[in-house]
Amino acid sequence: MTTKKIGNVRGNSAQLYRFALSYLSRVSEEMTFKPVRKVGTLLMAGLAVVIVAGCGSTAATPSAAGSTGPAASNGTTNKPVTITVGVLRPGASQDAADALNLQIDQFQAKYPWITVESQEYNWTAPTFTAALAAGTLPDVYTIPFTDGKGLIQQHQIVNIDARVRALPYVANFNKTVLANGQDADGKIYAVPTQAYGMSLTYNRTLFTQAGLDPNSPPATWADVEADAKIIAAKDHVAGFAQMATQNCGGWQLTTLTYALGGRMEAVDATGKVTATVNNAATKAALKMLQTYRWTDNAMGSTFDYNWGSINQAFSSGQIGMFVGGSDLYTTMVQNNNINPADYGITVIPLASDPNAGVLGGGTLAVVNVNTTEGQRDAAVDWMDFYYMNKLTTEAGALADAQALISNKQPVGVPALPVFDKATFDQSQVWIKSLINVPDAQMSYFKTKIFDQPLVNEPSIDTQTLYADLDPVVQAVLTDQNANIDQLLNDANTQIQKAIDAPAS
Amino acid sequence: MDSPARLAVAPSGTRKRRGPLGWVSRDGLSSLLFLLPMLVIFGFFAWFPIVRDVVMSFQRTNLVDTPKFVGLDNFAAVLNDPLFGKSIGNTIYFSVLALVFGYPLPLILAVVISEARRFKGVLSALAYVPVVIPPVVSVLLWTVFYNASPTGLFNTVLSWVGIGAQPWLQNKDTVMPSIVIESTWANAGATMIIYIAALLSVPRELYDAASVDGASILQKIWHVTLPQLRGILLITMILQLIATAQVFTEPYLFTGGGPANSTMTVLFLIYHYAFQNSLGGDYGMAAALSIMLALFLAAFTAIYMWLTRSWSTNS
Repeated sequence: MTTKKIGNVRGNSAQLYRFALSYLSRVSEEMTFKPVRKVGTLLMAGLAVVIVAGCGSTAATPSAAGSTGPAASNGTTNKPVTITVGVLRPGASQDAADALNLQIDQFQAKYPWITVESQEYNWTAPTFTAALAAGTLPDVYTIPFTDGKGLIQQHQIVNIDARVRALPYVANFNKTVLANGQDADGKIYAVPTQAYGMSLTYNRTLFTQAGLDPNSPPATWADVEADAKIIAAKDHVAGFAQMATQNCGGWQLTTLTYALGGRMEAVDATGKVTATVNNAATKAALKMLQTYRWTDNAMGSTFDYNWGSINQAFSSGQIGMFVGGSDLYTTMVQNNNINPADYGITVIPLASDPNAGVLGGGTLAVVNVNTTEGQRDAAVDWMDFYYMNKLTTEAGALADAQALISNKQPVGVPALPVFDKATFDQSQVWIKSLINVPDAQMSYFKTKIFDQPLVNEPSIDTQTLYADLDPVVQAVLTDQNANIDQLLNDANTQIQKAIDAPAS
Repeated sequence: MDSPARLAVAPSGTRKRRGPLGWVSRDGLSSLLFLLPMLVIFGFFAWFPIVRDVVMSFQRTNLVDTPKFVGLDNFAAVLNDPLFGKSIGNTIYFSVLALVFGYPLPLILAVVISEARRFKGVLSALAYVPVVIPPVVSVLLWTVFYNASPTGLFNTVLSWVGIGAQPWLQNKDTVMPSIVIESTWANAGATMIIYIAALLSVPRELYDAASVDGASILQKIWHVTLPQLRGILLITMILQLIATAQVFTEPYLFTGGGPANSTMTVLFLIYHYAFQNSLGGDYGMAAALSIMLALFLAAFTAIYMWLTRSWSTNS
């Protein structure tokens, strides 16, 4: 039997084991209030033991989410362990899979007792919830900054504080960024792996075809409107497009609101949070979209884009401009086969309002609660190797870049620092000679983004807020007579109810 | 097995109680063993989830932390949610549209195919093909048809007759009829097969007698076919009403409940409660609305069956 097969068998056993333990845990918690049901609980415990014994698993019993555990693997307790990692999205190219496999091989060479299995994974709000409830998430997966605090409060991710603090570069983390993965006491539950600022993404080829200069992208919202009209008229595609489903409508409306100087939530001195989505900037943003859509007729005919479909439409030349994360190029290469010559990126125009800023977000790597202590050690080792080494060590940066290049994957995609600026700049120097993205088309953004004030996403019930704003954006884009004030007032009431609702 | 005669001679109150051994000797054990797989599977996959759903409707839970019992709070929250009324209105709208356009179509198809003199099998197969296409594939296919750009399939066809591009799924006024059209296309074949089978059982003599009386085709359908199919028609109507009250796949795949909640149906709202929030969802509210829907459909079905009890026979 090969090592790989052993790894698979262990993986399956571990999954059954985790399911049994997870189920047992839930049943036990729910049934302890009636003594008579303890008999049932004991029977279920016996069943779980039989299942585990039948699977032949050698895994240790997983501890609670609050366990701090020992530091990450240090070479002294090297029992074989298997972890699943959610890195590639469904539909990723074979080249992307090959690049990941190469990095897995390198990792396993460094940690021969750890078997890493890749599991397709893509965070979307609805699918994540279902996977979380079903216990089918990988052992290591990623979430947006917006979900870090909530998952910590609900004990749905593992406390990896001691393990992460044992890493040599922990002091260099950007404190603001790291805070997204910390609890109120500063304990680390999640490691920031990448940060982005919102950008104005534009298709250079469509600009050229419409007679516009792709080297002079819009610098104001008036420019955006003017260029969108020209592109729509001459290229017969959407001059400007807007996401509107799967919580992305609210996310993008928040981005526009920030750019115009507004905020979606207010926190007073006592910590009380008030929804403010019916603020003047949000109304102005919606009126701007209303004008693009109904007056200018510059937004095409599709108004139900989500994150994946807008990337796809942009990569296939159906969209002149849209607002999206600065890190989209990787996905567009891996999943959408974009022509690099098409890709253009610039900073979002900011209003003259002193509060105007760029919405900043990012990704956190976390460990599934349904893991053993050994798997948690291995998970942090994987995070250190796969996500952090390329940012903190020259060898790691070069190895990562070469693995990507050898499989035609992009190196040098615009990003924001998760560590201090000096560490970030150094990491860029290490890979400078290996950058294979159209850097000249990105250099303006890479420089200017650091001049723009970054504003974090709303802190409380963020995804609920985004979800409640989706229909507002949809109404403006599909109903010429949409009453913006009424829509925003209704949404504000709903969001405030969610904020005030007791936690589960 | 005890014969009626033997049972009749046994004096009341003097019959021997049947012990376990007697039960076993009368094949009770083997019957139970044969039933056991079905009971286990049905219990685990049907009744256990139903009981869990009832319990969960009184709880606040994220399926990870210990649930808290909250009494009727979930039901109150559902009733106070503005989307609740919206989803009921949308579901009724879908059901009515499906009833008006989707209910007669299978019967018409069945009658036409039954009357066809040639290619009856081919016509039946063609009408049934949409049923064998997986629902997700059907919806994706129709999403292409409904592309709102001037180059979309339906819009291209409309342009041939001088009609401008329609927004189809991108407009709150056209989205529900668009969904109903696809749903009718996808599901009519299954009901049509039932009607074709039922039509075979209609005595030929009735049509012959009607012909002798000089009845036209429409008169034959009205006076012979429909009365003969009355029982089947009533059953298919209640089945369709139950199915349309639970419509989910089409709004989920076509529009995600949009635009602006205009295709937010009751079942989609249940899904919305459970899975919209990436931090755990409100499973209690989802369970509460599920219970409310189930109770409503049970009551509706009972009333329907009671009201139509005198029409449901062919006598």
